[in-house]
Amino acid sequence: MKHVNREQVQQKMNGRILKNNILKTIFFLSTLFGLVVLAILIIRVIMQGVSWINMDFLTNRLSTSPEQAGIMGAILGTFWLMVVVIPVTLILGVGTAIYLELYAKKGRFHSFVQTNIANLAGVPSIVYGILGMTLFVRALEFGNIVLAGGLTMSLLVLPIIIVASQEAIRAVPQHLSEASYGMGATKWQTVKNIVLPAALPGILTGSILSLSRAIGETAPLVVLGIPALLIPFPTGLFDKFTVLPMQVYYWTIDSSLVAEYANLAAATIIVLLVLLFILNATAIFIRNKFQKRY
Amino acid sequence: MATLTKPKVTTNAQVTITETAATIKAKSDKRIVFDSKDLNLWYGDTHALKDINLSIYEKEVTAIIGPSGCGKSTYLKTLNRMVELVPGVKTTGEIMYNDKSILDKSFKVEDLRTRVGMVFQKPNPFPKSIYENIAYGPKIHGIRNKKILDEIVEKSLRGASIWDEVKDRLKENAYGLSGGQQQRICIARCLAIEPDVILMDEPTSALDPKSTLRIEELIQELKKDYSIIIVTHNMQQAARISDRTAFFLNGEIIEFDKTDTIFTNPADSRTEDYISGRFG
Amino acid sequence: MALNSKIDNHDKVSIKGMITEKKNGPNINRAMEKIMPVLLFLIAAVSILTTIAIVYTLLTETIEFFKRVPILEFFTGTVLKPLSQNPEFGVLPLINGTIISSVIAMLVAGPIGIMTAIFLSEYASDRVRRMLKPMLELLAGIPTIVYGFFAFTFVTPLIREFFPSVEATNILSPGLVMGVMIIPMIASLSEDAMTSVPNAMREGALALGATKLEVTFRVVIPAALSGIIASFVLGISRAIGETMIVTIASGSSKNFTFDITQSMQTMTAYIVEVSGGEAPAGSTIYYSLYAVAMTLFVFTLIMNLFARYVSRKFREEY
Repeated sequence: MKHVNREQVQQKMNGRILKNNILKTIFFLSTLFGLVVLAILIIRVIMQGVSWINMDFLTNRLSTSPEQAGIMGAILGTFWLMVVVIPVTLILGVGTAIYLELYAKKGRFHSFVQTNIANLAGVPSIVYGILGMTLFVRALEFGNIVLAGGLTMSLLVLPIIIVASQEAIRAVPQHLSEASYGMGATKWQTVKNIVLPAALPGILTGSILSLSRAIGETAPLVVLGIPALLIPFPTGLFDKFTVLPMQVYYWTIDSSLVAEYANLAAATIIVLLVLLFILNATAIFIRNKFQKRY
Repeated sequence: MATLTKPKVTTNAQVTITETAATIKAKSDKRIVFDSKDLNLWYGDTHALKDINLSIYEKEVTAIIGPSGCGKSTYLKTLNRMVELVPGVKTTGEIMYNDKSILDKSFKVEDLRTRVGMVFQKPNPFPKSIYENIAYGPKIHGIRNKKILDEIVEKSLRGASIWDEVKDRLKENAYGLSGGQQQRICIARCLAIEPDVILMDEPTSALDPKSTLRIEELIQELKKDYSIIIVTHNMQQAARISDRTAFFLNGEIIEFDKTDTIFTNPADSRTEDYISGRFG
Repeated sequence: MALNSKIDNHDKVSIKGMITEKKNGPNINRAMEKIMPVLLFLIAAVSILTTIAIVYTLLTETIEFFKRVPILEFFTGTVLKPLSQNPEFGVLPLINGTIISSVIAMLVAGPIGIMTAIFLSEYASDRVRRMLKPMLELLAGIPTIVYGFFAFTFVTPLIREFFPSVEATNILSPGLVMGVMIIPMIASLSEDAMTSVPNAMREGALALGATKLEVTFRVVIPAALSGIIASFVLGISRAIGETMIVTIASGSSKNFTFDITQSMQTMTAYIVEVSGGEAPAGSTIYYSLYAVAMTLFVFTLIMNLFARYVSRKFREEY
């Protein structure tokens, strides 16, 4: 006896196929939704801000007068912040990755550190701001200088570069280091001369991505108490500073007072996005250029 | 209960076989289920099937043998159009299934696959209970009635001769079963939608000899009700269980005949070389 | 010839001798073999010290806060007036604002994120997927301050165009924009979970005559469920911790309300407001910063641990 009624199956078939096609379209439109919002956002920012970008805007100091205001101070501040973040995250991030991948015994301690890093990656950025404010600004009495901001940002992005470096190291084929050991090289010699050079593209990519996160991040610096005041250009690690996203923040919230500030904020966003775009393009370039080496 | 209206048995079934290739001489009074005519298939630029002309007869076991990469699996997957899952596949020629051209885009794959079931190389039950595995097919085709589903599950599991082993643990995850049992669950899952044809793609290659034997016995049982096409690289298996055998080489059919003839008196020297183990 | 004789004139070069010489000498390599493991261990310890520092900082100052404001009053109080003559420190308005903004965000990001994941994993061809994924990554790379600007200067005015009763700062607009921000995260994590479902599973269902939709909903999603749930939980955690969008676009009213057209404050926005106001160290307001941050930290930590637990514990074995 047949249980499956072919005619009924036939009748339902068209409906099922139609449902599939309708939902496929909906899924596709959903995928486009995010991209459409992204397009609107970018077009909107460009339309609002691009006419405000000129040499004066890029090289002037801050000013309460929208026509004279410039973002040189914020650009320099972002530059000095990178001067702190790049070496600190590279040393701490790559060092941790080497330790976890090549030195630490896989056991309870290893998985504890690993879990800890995963959890640190999920801590809201503003909590790092509170740590930075308490530890660097107040306890160590740095004040809200470049060094304090840079160290705070370094801790924030550390998990990103650790994980990226770990993946890069793990991707180095075993036979390379075995060949090195086979010639009587010591562990550190092997790490330094074989593993690290092979993992370098991956490490650099991760480093750049973590850097772009640090450049775009605002919340921790707000907590550190970066002033909206007109301050001299920073010239070193111990100067007070502001950065591009902070400038966007202050101009945005003050735009209800002076409407032109919104345009300045948009112009600053364009500069910020161009900077991030260059960084990410570099990362993608490095990734593609060195991807298929083995 | 209404069943699939059987297409008329074409009186000139034999004549429809193109006799261009010297290979095809296996004639029979039985009805033809699948009839491939000048079938060609490309994966991108790779010509994987070349001018395939082959007839599959009803309620028989047809074995397809040949070395790896000869196109035997590709051919099998063309019969239920699973081959379309590979990007960049192109076909020419025709496959008639009960006198309907299945490669025609107007022939719905979903419809085709409810009539042509498939069992894969590795057992691939869903990560669900045994019951849910079997009921999956009927459910998507709109059968909701619990009583009917229960009957289908029992009948299918009996049909795949695994009922006695699992009847007390239908709610358990199918992953708890052995490989051989999982493969019979997959056969039962395929029986549950009551197909006409069952395609088997090296169904025993991942199994131990004992499980293999059980599946082979099962296939003998099933051929009373179903037309079965089995791809195998095990020539003893083909000889043991099939009525007809097709030998594929480099995407071409070298020879297609009664299994006895293929294994005792092959017409083509390449067939002889292959079955006597000289290559492959 | 001249070259050869030159070499011959030299002392015999012995590679072996050079190696032993180098190995025996008081050289830097041996020292490095001893120093590096210790040094690397100390470096790796920084990440643990960071966690300890965060917990220690939050905990000590929070305890100080609870000495001044009873813990029960903090967690059950519906009034938050830190600057008033008779200050009140109920955290519920902040928790309420945080939950409401996160719910709005997830109403956007949840469905769209998972539908995006389904499209990319089950329907899109390789070519289309390779085109769309980098664009979604772009969406994830936009700094949150830019989203804040977008919410405040574009989305809010747009909403007010249609619903004039909506306030200039409200929780709806930043919630929606936060949702857009989280889409790529949910989409990419869910897609990872779905693509890791073996193709044999899909083929098994397709061979029974299932449509792609039926394969997706009855085979792929059930098999990838733990990963999908984890992506949702991480998305919520991200929304709870998000700061700049809500700070800019939702204002600083400490309303305890469910009216999404009004201004509300989240925990993160409160921290920004109080710390930006240069709260004098030692004041109750200053300590309230830490109590709120601690609450936020615990919220997100639980979420993150739960997500990790779900994706590990319930990982299907195929």
